[in-house]
Amino acid sequence: MNTSVISRAPNQSVSLADRLIRVHIDLWLMLLLLVLGVVGLLVQYSASGHSMAVVLNQAERLGIGFAVMVVAAQAPPEFYRAAAPWLYGFGVVMLVAVLVLGDHAKGAQRWLDLGVLRFQPSEILKLAMPMAVAAWLHTRALPPKISTILITLAIIGGPTVLIAMQPDLGTAMLVLAAGVLALYFGGLGIRWILMVIAAMAAAAPLLWLKLHDYQKNRVLTFLDPERDPLGTGYHITQSKIAIGSGGLFGKGWLAGTQAKLDFLPESHTDFIFAVYSEELGLLGEAVLMALYAAIVGRGLYIALRGQDSFQRLLAGSLAMTFFIYVFINMGMVIGLLPVVGVPLPLVSFGGTSAVTLLAGFGMLMSVYTHRKLLSN
Amino acid sequence: MNAPGSSRSGFDAIKNLYEEKRTFTGRVVFAAVLCLLMIGMLAARLIDLQLVRHDYYSTRADDNRMRLTPIAPVRGLIYDRNGALLAQNLPSFVLDITPERVRNLNDTLERLKAYVRLTDQDIARFRERMRKGPRYRSVTLRSNLTPEEVARYQLNRFDFEGVEVNAGLVRDYPLGESAAHIIGYVGGISEADYARLEAADYEGLSQIGKSGVERSHEDLLRGTPGTKIVEANAAGRPLRELESRPGSSGQNLYMSLDSQLQLVAEKALGDLDGAVVAIDPRNGEILALVSKPGYDPKLFVEGIDAASYRGLLEDKSRPLYNRALLGTYPPGSTIKPFMATAALNFKTVTPDTGIYCSGSMTLPGSSRKYRCHKRQGHGTVNLDSAIAKSCDIYFYQAAMNLGIDRIDEILGQFGFGKPTGIDVPNEKGGLLPSKEWKRRVYKQVWFPGETLSLGIGQGYLTTTPLQLAQGTARLAMRGLGFKPHVLHAIADPATGAIAGVAPEALPPLTGQSAELQERVIHAMQLVTMFPGGTAYRAFKDAPYSSAGKTGTAQVVGLKQEETVAPTFDSTPKHLRDHALFIAFAPVDAPRIAIAVIAEHAGHGGSVAAPVARQIMDQYLLGKVLYNEDPAGAAAAAAAAAAADPALEAEEGVPADDEEPPPASPPPATTPR
Repeated sequence: MNTSVISRAPNQSVSLADRLIRVHIDLWLMLLLLVLGVVGLLVQYSASGHSMAVVLNQAERLGIGFAVMVVAAQAPPEFYRAAAPWLYGFGVVMLVAVLVLGDHAKGAQRWLDLGVLRFQPSEILKLAMPMAVAAWLHTRALPPKISTILITLAIIGGPTVLIAMQPDLGTAMLVLAAGVLALYFGGLGIRWILMVIAAMAAAAPLLWLKLHDYQKNRVLTFLDPERDPLGTGYHITQSKIAIGSGGLFGKGWLAGTQAKLDFLPESHTDFIFAVYSEELGLLGEAVLMALYAAIVGRGLYIALRGQDSFQRLLAGSLAMTFFIYVFINMGMVIGLLPVVGVPLPLVSFGGTSAVTLLAGFGMLMSVYTHRKLLSN
Repeated sequence: MNAPGSSRSGFDAIKNLYEEKRTFTGRVVFAAVLCLLMIGMLAARLIDLQLVRHDYYSTRADDNRMRLTPIAPVRGLIYDRNGALLAQNLPSFVLDITPERVRNLNDTLERLKAYVRLTDQDIARFRERMRKGPRYRSVTLRSNLTPEEVARYQLNRFDFEGVEVNAGLVRDYPLGESAAHIIGYVGGISEADYARLEAADYEGLSQIGKSGVERSHEDLLRGTPGTKIVEANAAGRPLRELESRPGSSGQNLYMSLDSQLQLVAEKALGDLDGAVVAIDPRNGEILALVSKPGYDPKLFVEGIDAASYRGLLEDKSRPLYNRALLGTYPPGSTIKPFMATAALNFKTVTPDTGIYCSGSMTLPGSSRKYRCHKRQGHGTVNLDSAIAKSCDIYFYQAAMNLGIDRIDEILGQFGFGKPTGIDVPNEKGGLLPSKEWKRRVYKQVWFPGETLSLGIGQGYLTTTPLQLAQGTARLAMRGLGFKPHVLHAIADPATGAIAGVAPEALPPLTGQSAELQERVIHAMQLVTMFPGGTAYRAFKDAPYSSAGKTGTAQVVGLKQEETVAPTFDSTPKHLRDHALFIAFAPVDAPRIAIAVIAEHAGHGGSVAAPVARQIMDQYLLGKVLYNEDPAGAAAAAAAAAAADPALEAEEGVPADDEEPPPASPPPATTPR
């Protein structure tokens, strides 16, 4: 193992990006995420009916998130690889605990009250899952053999089922995606990918029987939004009205009517993209999508620069999970996907998911900034 | 080559790091492509929503937030011809309840009773209206709250969620009962009304003209509702006004009625049931129109309760019934001038033809006697004396000579037998019998005896007071006729412009000779202006010239054997004769034509003619009779009398020729 410090010629000026790398921060990712956070706060202000309190509250959460990100970036990737099994194990225990002892919120057991803080153990798995799968595959020859794949699927399946049992299908799906993506980046054969898709399709009817009524309604409504326009179809109908009425240029910031007049439910949480679209139009959406695409692209770039399998698989999985987040939320808000409770990353109101996501970006920065010079 | 972690045990195979890196790169590229594809899907959907279907969703968004609230127009005012108010809108406090905001309606209503007078009828009506409308629309529980009730409620209004006191306008008729039949009233819009009207015209309105002018000129009076566009939130609460398109108030109507004259006419008829129609013969304008007994239209504006309504409906004298337009009465002797016009027209008599009245006559081949009201006979009568003394035999003869077809032709031209077309709803056309009618209705031929009955205005012939007045006006105008109407002028409250209503001339009588017409009018003058005329006493000392004709119409015919009519007082009231009178004045330049019918009141000359006299005095001389100062009125009358010594000289001559009911056959299906 031959490692050395990055060295430069004395006459070469040191750029801001390079200086930030020394404190383990990726300038581009940081900038993009900050811009996204500010955009989110601006939309929050409009969606909450000009409530500074909501904006400050959210800013505080984002602040915590960015702090967590910077701290997370300081630890080297090796730390995460070593911690992966422990964090994964802790998460699974917590998931079991939540099913046994958890608080009930809206008919679902998601929260664990530890006296000091209430938190959702499923959030841990959003990070623990890609870490665990990446760490496990790191020890295997890739592309993985059948036995490796089966063990990986077991690693992925356990927590996913536990989360789905809460039931929290949205998070289960994201956790599942994080694990499967890591496996995909590990070189899972195309045949296997097709088989996993087939297995999921086969399990769908079984899953259907297990669904709560409100979940079934969401799916039925997705298939036919006009089925119950005042009930379960109301969200999606009002959301489409908000977006469609925005048009190319939008109605202008703070000038949207659907959210302000309460026609659009959940306007500052899951459906904030509808508010954004109504006020800023197709052009605004293009900007937002470009922002997200740039973040994902930067994440994938970092993944490509990863120095071992663990780093690559973890970074690739985190970047793509972030994209899945965005896709599911937007797809749901514009009526392409059924309504599942997935927020728009860093824009929707809510602290937990923002902190988790930013912690993930901290790991990406860790991968990018803790480089070892490799002898060839 | 030292891969990180390669020193650790647990590898299941030798890792090919180069191959792994290559595979990973491929996977990343594929993932990136996949991302772009998925972004493309989102973009396609967004383009569809925001560009392709933007208009649709814009409309949906506006539909969501915009609420149209109607602004009710202010109903037009109704004035008489001199500008006196007949119908107006008064501010009023109403108690409204919004059903969806009230948690326990029964409890709320019960508690409200402590502060506001509420009858079971109010509550029943409220529930009825509430049932018809959406729950978010407020419904009026009580109108015309007293200031005291408003104050009491306001002190306790915090206990009444969803109940509020609002200021509104309520229709008011300052004259009350006077002219109620012709002005009409407004009332709540019924299901039947909704079925025929254009709902858009009634946005925000709760009342509609139900009768009289309020109904017939509803379209002018109503106005156009305006619209207020407000932005409302998802809960329906209006937040701000976006746009206000005011409607327009209804047109103010000037009616041809003279409310002073109307009052005089009503007072002149006194307690008698009956009708008076006074018409301006020069244009067909109705100057006064009385139907007695009357009713208070205010009862209907608030919504009449069932008991009062039943009371009005079951009242034997039928106060709601507009006798002037709906009452069909046998015209009795008032038909004689029209009959005379027909006879002269067809030259079946000349003005000077003498006919001998022996007190009765028979038709050839029949033993049935047709009696004159004067048992002992009038002797030889000509046109003048036949009309002045109302000889029946003369007109039996005239009618017989004319025949039913020619009678129909002329009476039809005078407007009998068909509605006049006055601009007041609900009018009957009376009955002008004909051979064809008899065949159709009774499947019988026309009998000559029936023609004789027609000659004295009995038999099948019936007429409304309005038709009689219209016919009289045409006599006065020497054959020229105008369609009767009550709308005099229309004033636009926005511009202040006043548009007069042009009289509608009717086709003149055919084959009419002015000279012969003057002869009939001359004969009618004898009735009112010369001693011996049947209405001489009523018109004695009138400082204007007049022409008229009395009538006494049988309600029940005498039996053939009865030679002596029962006395007036011994007859049950509903079988007593109707008293009729028609007249116009002044003779040479007629300004007013009148028909009076007093039900079961006896003789036309003694009962109906004085009513007409008072109306004419008021109209032609101006407030003579109903001056505040009775002494002044008497002095004026005395002065008028003194001005005409000829009339003075005639005083004391008894007009003993008051006709008793003519002994004509009963107006029935058994002419023989």
